Amino acid sequence: MRIASHPVVQFSRDKKIKFYFEGKELEGYEGETIAAALHSAGIKDYHYSPRLNRPRGFFCAIGNCSSCLMEVDGVSNVRVCTEKLIEGMKVQRQQGKGILKP
Amino acid sequence: MKKREIAVIGGGPAGLMAALYASRMGAAVTLLERHYNPGGQLVKQTHKFFGSQKQYAATRGIDIPQNLLKEIEQQEVEILLDTNVLGYYPDDGVIGYEKDEKFHTLKPDRLIVATGATENVLPFTNNDLPGIYGAGAVQTLMNEYGIVPGKKALMVGAGNIGLIISYQLMQAGVEVEGIIVRGPIIRGYGVHAAKVRRMGVPINTCCTVKSAHGSTCLEKVTTINLTENRETIPGTEREIHVDLLCIATGLSPLTELLWQAGCQMEYVAELGGHVSLRDKNMRTSQESIFVAGDASGIEEASMAMVEGMLAGLCAAKDLGYDDGRFKELYNDAIMQLSELRSGSDSEKVRKGLKECTLKEVTS
Repeated sequence: MRIASHPVVQFSRDKKIKFYFEGKELEGYEGETIAAALHSAGIKDYHYSPRLNRPRGFFCAIGNCSSCLMEVDGVSNVRVCTEKLIEGMKVQRQQGKGILKP
Repeated sequence: MKKREIAVIGGGPAGLMAALYASRMGAAVTLLERHYNPGGQLVKQTHKFFGSQKQYAATRGIDIPQNLLKEIEQQEVEILLDTNVLGYYPDDGVIGYEKDEKFHTLKPDRLIVATGATENVLPFTNNDLPGIYGAGAVQTLMNEYGIVPGKKALMVGAGNIGLIISYQLMQAGVEVEGIIVRGPIIRGYGVHAAKVRRMGVPINTCCTVKSAHGSTCLEKVTTINLTENRETIPGTEREIHVDLLCIATGLSPLTELLWQAGCQMEYVAELGGHVSLRDKNMRTSQESIFVAGDASGIEEASMAMVEGMLAGLCAAKDLGYDDGRFKELYNDAIMQLSELRSGSDSEKVRKGLKECTLKEVTS
């Protein structure tokens, strides 16, 4: 969900863009991060841990903790809390350590 | 390999001030910032700052970076955004960084490390469930991106960050069920505590999180009361249905690069963790490396700004730069820091600084 009106901040939501989460089409805004777009769509579990398959979301939201690693356009271990959303991006939940491509 | 007189790592309050004052003295400065938006954590501080005019008191945090950038634009500072510094190679004095998915190297004559801090986690059962976020992370979601972070929230920690963000959660339309704090006292300013209490948010002291519950995301938190000696009191468990748990239990300095550089480090609890030894000019035990802001010890943004100013001035002076105002600005920075740290709130910091300040000053 997005904040409709805020007493202090004006949010610039100029350009809507489409992206895909696990094959499903979703909308976000240009200039925001992948995590912001997913969270606004109510999606909070981004990554399942390697050993115990525990759900993980983000924790720090500024690129420190690496709790939010996802697979983006086929690339594993992307920190979605700092990665900008781009039109047409394909985002998947990451299982475990992800796959390193040669 | 690129060469530069001064490199500043981190574009938050300390780094921006360091770049501004080093360039004002006449040095050629490159600032490296990992985010695409400079300002560090100021970009989400929607509240007005305390302190004096010099540190932008009564200005909202979110407006400070633009003010500083306007002043920086009048200098010739190279600002690299979206740039991750990956390491420091002490044998050669070279930093490695990633920009546009390429690896680059930079050799500065003087380096100012202003990398900030990271939020502390809290140990309890299921503390990794999505919906359990650092309080600063919640601020990023709400104030930078305009996302409602949850429906109902519980805040852990009643320092200024916990209190201010509880208020900001309500501004974003989130119900705040309460604030809990482990110790017997509320550490944040009385004015902030009064503000959230007036809005009906209870603050429970001597209380902590026992466990979190939920299948894929947080649904419920169990709290437990503590004695003043921080022992849990069985039978005092309470279940609170929330989908958001904010952890505001402090910050730790981000010091990886200082460790890599071989700076002498010391654990100083009062400053939030391991910090580098430094002299009063913010020079570390490595002659060419300065530190400023939260990376040198956790304090308010106003102190970070003045530390950045001091480090920037002194790094430039090392290289022979002085536009004629060095002495005046240097004395001003030293005085501002001592004024900012003079209150009873800063007693802890004053004690911590004694443990990590080198006596010899080469100014």
